[in-house]
Amino acid sequence: MVNIKINGMPYTVPEGISILDAAKQNGIDIPTLCYLRDINEIGACRICVVEVKGARSLVAACVYPVNEGMEIITNSEKIHESRKMTLELILSNHEKSCLFCVRSGSCELQKLAQEYGLDDPMAWAGEQNRYEIDESAVHMWRNNNKCILCRRCSAVCAKTQAVGVIGANNRGFKTHIGQAFELDLAEVPCVSCGQCITVCPVGAIGEKDDGPKVTAAIRDPEKFVCVQTAPSVRATLGEEFGLPVGTNVEGKMAAALRRLGFDKVFDTDFGADLTIMEEANELVERVKNGGKLPMITSCSPGWINFCEMYYPDMLENLSSCKSPQQMFGGILKTYYAEKAGIDPKKIVSVSVMPCTAKKYEIGRADQSAAGVPDLDISITTRELARMIRRAGIDFANLPEEKFDSPLGIGSGAGHIFGATGGVMEAALRTAAEWITGQPGAPLEFHEVRGTEGVKEASYKLGDLEVKVAVTSGLVNARKVLDAVKNGEKDYTFIEVMACPGGCVNGGGQPYQPASVRNFTDLKALRAKALYDEDAGMELRRSHENPAIKKLYEEFLEKPGSHVAHKVLHTTYKPRKRYDIKEK
Amino acid sequence: MYRSHVLICGGTGCTSSGSAQVIDALEKELKKNDLENEIKVIRTGCFGLCALGPIMVVYPEGAFYSMVRPEDIPEIVSEHLLKGRIVKRLLYQETVEADTIKTLDNTDFYRKQMRVALKNCGVIDPENINEYIAYDGYQALGKVLTEMTPAQVIDTIKASGLRGRGGAGFPTGLKWSFAAKYDNDQKYVCCNADEGDPGAFMDRSILEGDPNVLIEAMAIAGYAIGASQGYVYIRAEYPIAVKRLSIAIKEAREMGFLGKDIFGSGFDFDLDIRLGSGAFVCGEETALMTSIEGHRGEPRPRPPFPAEKGLFQKPSVLNNVETYANIPQIILRGAEWFASIGTEKSKGTKVFALGGKINNTGLVEVPMGTTLRTIVEEIGGGIPNGKKFKAAQTGGPSGGCIPAEHLDVPIDYDNLIAIGSMMGSGGLIVMDEDTCMVDIAKFFLEFTVDESCGKCTPCRIGTKRMYELLDKISKGKARMEDLDQLDKLAHYIKENSLCGLGQTAPNPVLSTIRYFRDEYVAHIKDKRCPAGVCKELMNYYIDETKCKGCTLCARNCPVGAISGNVKEPHIINRSKCIKCGACMEKCKFGAIEKH
Amino acid sequence: MKSLAELQALRDKMKNNMGIRNDDEAKARIVVGMATCGIAAGARPVLAAFTDEVSKRGLNDVAVGQTGCIGICQYEPVAEVFMPGQEKVTYVKMTEEKARRVVAEHIVNGNVVTEYTIGANAK
Repeated sequence: MVNIKINGMPYTVPEGISILDAAKQNGIDIPTLCYLRDINEIGACRICVVEVKGARSLVAACVYPVNEGMEIITNSEKIHESRKMTLELILSNHEKSCLFCVRSGSCELQKLAQEYGLDDPMAWAGEQNRYEIDESAVHMWRNNNKCILCRRCSAVCAKTQAVGVIGANNRGFKTHIGQAFELDLAEVPCVSCGQCITVCPVGAIGEKDDGPKVTAAIRDPEKFVCVQTAPSVRATLGEEFGLPVGTNVEGKMAAALRRLGFDKVFDTDFGADLTIMEEANELVERVKNGGKLPMITSCSPGWINFCEMYYPDMLENLSSCKSPQQMFGGILKTYYAEKAGIDPKKIVSVSVMPCTAKKYEIGRADQSAAGVPDLDISITTRELARMIRRAGIDFANLPEEKFDSPLGIGSGAGHIFGATGGVMEAALRTAAEWITGQPGAPLEFHEVRGTEGVKEASYKLGDLEVKVAVTSGLVNARKVLDAVKNGEKDYTFIEVMACPGGCVNGGGQPYQPASVRNFTDLKALRAKALYDEDAGMELRRSHENPAIKKLYEEFLEKPGSHVAHKVLHTTYKPRKRYDIKEK
Repeated sequence: MYRSHVLICGGTGCTSSGSAQVIDALEKELKKNDLENEIKVIRTGCFGLCALGPIMVVYPEGAFYSMVRPEDIPEIVSEHLLKGRIVKRLLYQETVEADTIKTLDNTDFYRKQMRVALKNCGVIDPENINEYIAYDGYQALGKVLTEMTPAQVIDTIKASGLRGRGGAGFPTGLKWSFAAKYDNDQKYVCCNADEGDPGAFMDRSILEGDPNVLIEAMAIAGYAIGASQGYVYIRAEYPIAVKRLSIAIKEAREMGFLGKDIFGSGFDFDLDIRLGSGAFVCGEETALMTSIEGHRGEPRPRPPFPAEKGLFQKPSVLNNVETYANIPQIILRGAEWFASIGTEKSKGTKVFALGGKINNTGLVEVPMGTTLRTIVEEIGGGIPNGKKFKAAQTGGPSGGCIPAEHLDVPIDYDNLIAIGSMMGSGGLIVMDEDTCMVDIAKFFLEFTVDESCGKCTPCRIGTKRMYELLDKISKGKARMEDLDQLDKLAHYIKENSLCGLGQTAPNPVLSTIRYFRDEYVAHIKDKRCPAGVCKELMNYYIDETKCKGCTLCARNCPVGAISGNVKEPHIINRSKCIKCGACMEKCKFGAIEKH
Repeated sequence: MKSLAELQALRDKMKNNMGIRNDDEAKARIVVGMATCGIAAGARPVLAAFTDEVSKRGLNDVAVGQTGCIGICQYEPVAEVFMPGQEKVTYVKMTEEKARRVVAEHIVNGNVVTEYTIGANAK
């Protein structure tokens, strides 16, 4: 511990922590823009500058460590003026179309401009860079005219996701975020995870907004529009409406969807349960018949993209299961369409996902169980929130409603799919019973819970020892895969989720400013909402879901059957990393 | 055994003025005369007198030929090398004295110099390690490894008072002691050879003329801090330097000055070259290390300092070429010797690259504390064409302009800071009365804007805005408030930038405002450029009384802005004139003026 | 490189080869007349012999140079030896063998080879 003074007041804080943290611990906020804890600690934007007695110039509080006797001033005329000038300079090269910006209201720059009383829109006016908007990718766009070069996007891409397809190009005033050789985003091996979008402080990156497509479908009387919502969306949607992080809004969400005019409001949890049936069966089969091990989950489309482009030699390890979203869509347009007597061509299959890679996934080949695509439109949590607001729905005051039957019935196992370790635990719940043949096998597998990037456990299921690994954040996936490849590790089953912490922290989830991200464990709080719901449920094993049981009785026969393969499985193929088109 | 050695400068300056062709012609001519076994041709590094290149020195006489062309070679061979008659017309005139020749050391250019870092440049064959050895090469390394402890080495460097020659002048021994303090299985010694200041080329000259000194010094540094690996970060635009250093590293490995168990001491050290791609910011220590690591060359926040977490997050020491070039001599001749040269807080010598409006452009090495006047007037031979000295710019884009009133200030680190400039790497650009200080500030800002890495806001956007304000001033479009804004922005950038490049970028502007504020005001208030440089503020006029109506100007005007009848005074249409000056150049009667 | 002594030995050897570039006053200077007359009379091999002999003996403080016509063309090849503090000695009608002997006796041992001097040959 060291003794320091901040603004003249004495404090005792741990040695070596940043000035930013030392101040925060003692109730003093220092603004930041580029800083993201553990991800982007580069001291670039200079918003967090403070005075340190004896220092030659102002220092960046986000990266400057405290030491004994340090005297810090965070709030002086000089500091205020410096921060204000930094903001003015940033704004002098920023497309100030705030009225029309998707981030208006959630923009970190806008908030600071307000706080620091910026009053001259022409301050430091001069040349402004003009860039074309990159709309090449299926899932997102990037508008460099709004970019403030905080580098949060490129840091998360490289450090959290080990992808690193975006970064700073050119120098000085001409610096901009781009891809190697100024290729389009669609031409480089971006995995579509969308993490860059969630960390962008301004409106420089966004998901392609498919909300209007959904609205158009709903307004088309010829269409039968069904929606499914991913497990994690209920744990985060409330944030968009001012509810605390970690509030489960399942009932209000169902009510809102119904009020938006969807013909059926279903739950991807059903698809998750179905995934467990097929995946657990596949695992048991592989173990029994000497199939390729370790088997790796295939629920996360960002992860699938990553595997196809960066680890094509491990595609055999992937489960052949489609993702829960796609399984759901397949069942919707085959089994459900037939049961309800609706032409699958008239069904518009919509999903609300925590994920931008889902926008890519719906266009994949071999994902058309009924001869038409399993999914038609996939929107993110953020897009749904926008639709709700636009429709004038008072979300906070909605009643709690239930999903429609039968595809709205999900188990607790399906719920926890939304957090890292959830798929593993759900699979273990079912596999444990199947392998031991005994009801009442263990239900909770705490070793695979938690937000760490890599978790390992070993379970004895009957005579079988199952060694599992759970990883999230592709940089961690790399570590696990490399360890498997070079023989250091020997697992039976691996769960991979592309986004750190799993879907609750997906690329389509609500924005949280760095001021929250840096001091709150979003992943853990959001995951808790799912685990809490699971803990309070009767139905906690996928294979006990009555709707699932009925589905197998009436249509799929048994897990891994011929028809199940046709509707619920697919193949994953190696993909070229650089898909460069002639211009 | 050769009876005569012919040294020809193969530095970049002389290479660009054609020394390679001269060497080629000489070798052919020697062969033709059957002299190739009697006369040895040595391609050396820079002599310093780059304006006189290609340079040739013939020993044993020590005859100094300048501006040698391939056509001169037959004469030099038949007269001098064969018959022993010096070709006087080709001698550097400074060295000709009545009937005899004086040695180069006695010319004005060299007499006031003191060559420590440049000791071997222009003296030895840089591609032959044996010549370096003949001049006491690797003796210091041998001494260090066999007779001294690492702590003694650091103490010696500390006692010498050596400070970094690359910019801020941080005490070298202290820097080494910090890196020595941290325990780690791997440490690194790095050399900054990414010389980027416009006009500075002393590091290049040392690399080209004496590459082994760097290897020796880095090995000594490695021993002192406990590092077994070194990296030399050289800009790829220095192909000759890269080639010579590569040869030197190879020879040093073969001779056992690099590698395992050097001098039987158990000390291992090796060295590799990393090429920079020409980004100025990679001269900043953390950016340089980031670049060696294979990333985009951008500075990182400090602390942690490189001594604790440097290259690959390991304790590292980084010095520039000139700093290292002093090390072996400090070891051999002692800290006291070194400390006896220079001023109280700046010891030893400093190499300057003299450029701009000065007669002897080139490299000079003088004791710290030499006045600017000595450098400019005596060593540099004064300003050409009888013009007046106006200012000298030191420290490159991080430095400032020193006006005539400070010509007698002894140059050292602290004095330069005190008068608003800095040592930097040692570029020294002399400006005469025809130089516009707004234009100079604009030139340096343009450089900084171009070379900013773009990481931090103040440097990325702030310097751009400064440049735009300067541009407005130079075009007569500014108001006095703009000067205040410029000043405000300059101080903001100094205070808020992430790295030294940004923190010092406003210096050229601040120092010119400090000493030449009236020039700024003239541009703003009177819309006038006193030096007659800023194009937008100048106009060309035809003096009716002098114009003979020859029509030459009108015929040469590229935009047809001049009209008039034959044998009658012409006039320039100012709205059409692009101020190219072609008319003024062509007029035979001096009838065209600009002001 | 295994020891400082080894390095020092190498340095001394190398220094020898480079003595020519030393700006210090040479202990002795040998100058061979290399004008057209001298060359015609065979001064080239004489010069080479001086150089070679000086080098072989490691006399790195002895400079060997050329000069123009001394004006005694009938005595070519001519060589002059300058030793500090001594009168110049002019050797005439030199050959390679004579040159080597001059180095051995005059330069090394300080004994002028009187029989080769201009005085002994002037008739």
